[in-house]
Amino acid sequence: MSSINYSEKIPNNVNLGEDRTLQRALEGWQPNFINWWDDVGPEGSTNHEVYLRTAVSVDPNGWAQFGHVKMRDYRWGIFLNPGDTNREIHFGDHKGEKAWQDVPGEHRANLRRIIVTQGDTEPASVEQQRHLGLTAPSMYDLRNLFQINVEEGRHLWAMVYLLHKHFGRDGREEAEALLQRQSGDENNPRILGAFNEKTPDWLAFFMFTYFTDRDGKFQLSALAESAFDPLARTTKFMLTEEAHHMFVGESGISRVLWRTAQVMNDLKTDDPAQVRAAGAIDLPTIQRYLNFHYSVTIDLFGADQSSNAATFYSSGLKGRYEEGKRTDDHVLKGQTYKVLEVKDGQLLEKEVPVLNALNEVLRDDFIKDSMAGVGRWNKVLEKAGVPTRLVVPHKAFNRQIGALAGIKMSPDGRVVSEAEWTARKAEWLPTPEDFAFVASLMGRVVEPGKFAGWIAPPVMGINRQPVDFEYVRFN
Amino acid sequence: METHTLIDNGILKQHLIDPEICIRCNTCEATCPVNAITHDDNNYVVRADVCNGCMACISPCPTGSIDNWRAVPVGRAYSIEEQFSWEELPGELAPHELVAAGGEPATEVTALQQAPEAPAEPGTQVFRSAQYGATVPPWSAAHPYTNLFPPKNPTTATVVGNFNCTEAGFESETHHVVLDFGSMPLPVLEGQSIGIIPPGADALGKPHHARQYSVASPRNGERPGYNNLALTVKRVTVDHDGNPVRGVASNYVCDLKVGDKVQVVGPFGSSFLMPNHPRSHIVMICTGTGSAPMRAMTEWRRRLRNSGKFEGGKLLLFFGARTQQELPYFGPLQSLPKDFIDINLAFSRTPGQPKRYVQDLMRERAADLLALLRDDNSHFYVCGLKGMEEGVVMALRDIAQEAGLSWEVLGATLQREGRLHLETY
Repeated sequence: MSSINYSEKIPNNVNLGEDRTLQRALEGWQPNFINWWDDVGPEGSTNHEVYLRTAVSVDPNGWAQFGHVKMRDYRWGIFLNPGDTNREIHFGDHKGEKAWQDVPGEHRANLRRIIVTQGDTEPASVEQQRHLGLTAPSMYDLRNLFQINVEEGRHLWAMVYLLHKHFGRDGREEAEALLQRQSGDENNPRILGAFNEKTPDWLAFFMFTYFTDRDGKFQLSALAESAFDPLARTTKFMLTEEAHHMFVGESGISRVLWRTAQVMNDLKTDDPAQVRAAGAIDLPTIQRYLNFHYSVTIDLFGADQSSNAATFYSSGLKGRYEEGKRTDDHVLKGQTYKVLEVKDGQLLEKEVPVLNALNEVLRDDFIKDSMAGVGRWNKVLEKAGVPTRLVVPHKAFNRQIGALAGIKMSPDGRVVSEAEWTARKAEWLPTPEDFAFVASLMGRVVEPGKFAGWIAPPVMGINRQPVDFEYVRFN
Repeated sequence: METHTLIDNGILKQHLIDPEICIRCNTCEATCPVNAITHDDNNYVVRADVCNGCMACISPCPTGSIDNWRAVPVGRAYSIEEQFSWEELPGELAPHELVAAGGEPATEVTALQQAPEAPAEPGTQVFRSAQYGATVPPWSAAHPYTNLFPPKNPTTATVVGNFNCTEAGFESETHHVVLDFGSMPLPVLEGQSIGIIPPGADALGKPHHARQYSVASPRNGERPGYNNLALTVKRVTVDHDGNPVRGVASNYVCDLKVGDKVQVVGPFGSSFLMPNHPRSHIVMICTGTGSAPMRAMTEWRRRLRNSGKFEGGKLLLFFGARTQQELPYFGPLQSLPKDFIDINLAFSRTPGQPKRYVQDLMRERAADLLALLRDDNSHFYVCGLKGMEEGVVMALRDIAQEAGLSWEVLGATLQREGRLHLETY
């Protein structure tokens, strides 16, 4: 059953109407969600009609329907990819058994933890981005921000549905708590560090959607392999939506680079001060933002060695990225993987059981994927004739989690002294001055087809619409 | 309405991905129902010998990079190895390059060329009708269901009617085919289409891909209250250049007998939909089997007519065919009340008569069309052979401009508000 019933209060393709208790519970949660959206969702956006993409079914033709809607009226709902009744678990100790439609008792606590952690990131990013609409560089970008926000809201719904349906009273309480924690709140923060950081400006937003939403892609991909079939199906559909978020980040930075390169060429300079004076963001600042977002995001994958990661894999809860495309035995017992550690001021590689290193495996997959995109950003600079290249910092740079936490490491991979770190930190990570400068550029531009001076227009609009299309109607 | 195949006269319309815009998110590869898309560490690419142009990958792509096509001679299609090495898309081959490379540029392919066929006057821009075609439905459209039965999972329909709806005894014939879906849910709206999969395999031994046909009956069935629908299918016996060719799907459909079972996919289409508010006017411009969606819309309005709701809404039809004998539904059209629909017929091959095309009739009716162009309740639908599209949109442009209206503003408004729909093939 893939078509979505839009006549119900909660659009869904999971036959919600057949489970009155669940339907009532979710309809009870719905007003709290709307209150949360009103309180900490995108600021000052209540009356805007936004050209949004809504799914009417989960197949290619139905999942991307575009139209102007008020975000409060966006049809948040519950969509799972079509199921396959014969699906088998394809990794871990249960390999070859039938996938689970319900939560096995022995895995209940772990699955709940996985779902809550994933669910917690979704509203967190909306909270982090709530003020950005006030400084949008264009109407096109404003629309993209809002599309991401409503979809993060829908991803919260996806996780809340699983909690309500499969975890009883605990699940309902967790679903409430997802609306009570708040990004950056001292007393009740979000679960993961990166989701308590500020997203103060659009450069940070583009970096966040490039790096941190990509973490989402990898976590969702790993969960899309899960033996718990409802989780696998819901995360598969979320991945389709997540692609747009990464696109916003990747193309956003590309456009910033293009504009910066243009200014550098016009002024025939690579002096950051002159580039800044001309109203563009200089490349060293972009590199510092990249260093920060990259290092904060790779922390999200967790400790390099983790017995939890091994348990999650062996018990079938969470697979590897593209598990189905790998050609090993999918059990991984007795195999090893290289992780980094620091001994006597030196970085060393060490072989550890691969099952315990699965967080590192996923982190390395993420790094490879991230670097490919940074390579595409460098093509923009190359095309513009600018010799500078962006680089991702060393894996051990600025880490707060795992064996590399707290090590003083330069972006190019040297262990440095405390003194050198203190002296050069301002070269490697954004400074208060950087933030203040970028903030000074953040004037709101929302006339159709107009763009702020620090960013180039996109090469094409959304859904084949022209770039100067009225993506947001302000009422 | 039959979708064009990707190959025409030795020219392949090759599906390609723009490596400069693609973010390598894997959505297209995960979506493609025939596994035509693959990737290496550098690029996502499309296998020309596998892609069947089903378009399933187009809307899920977040970047638009997936929606690129190049006309190339079949034997010179870009291999995936070539595509893996690209940093940007190659340009379009010029018509003379296509010919030199062993192709016969067909009208459909030259329509793909970005370059104008004749140099534009200095200071003028090349007119491109497609840019005015809406991608959104009118605000009062009903909500469509799409792809309930994707290519991987077709449903079965039973033929309950099949007759020639053009005059018998002529070499060209168009059939009115009625399919019944029994208890399977396939709700359709006027303007949507379904796909039919011909049985058997193509020359390469692969199962035939589905051909798309517009639904010619209204939403509540060819027979009201029944789960059936009608199609208007022309038997294809010659190609665009008049060379003999046997259309695989059209001949299969035209030869169907009552009781036969047919594999159906769909429904498709979410923007070429009719308005439903009582004051809405519908201007329909079509040729040949492009009349299918127009018949559906007209018939739905006819059935609602007695409700008294649509007294303010006008229906205006411009319908072209080579001869009166070849015009589908000529008979039934004559019996529609004149105060219900304003019908204008154009024939381009009536012996002893000058050729007349739909755009000629439109210019004759400029005063009425102008009033409709000025009215926000008007909706324009164009369906038929690709060759008509530009002339029709130009006629609308000229009618507007001669009255001092700005076509750039008006055309963009019609496009944006989902009030000008182009479906040509």
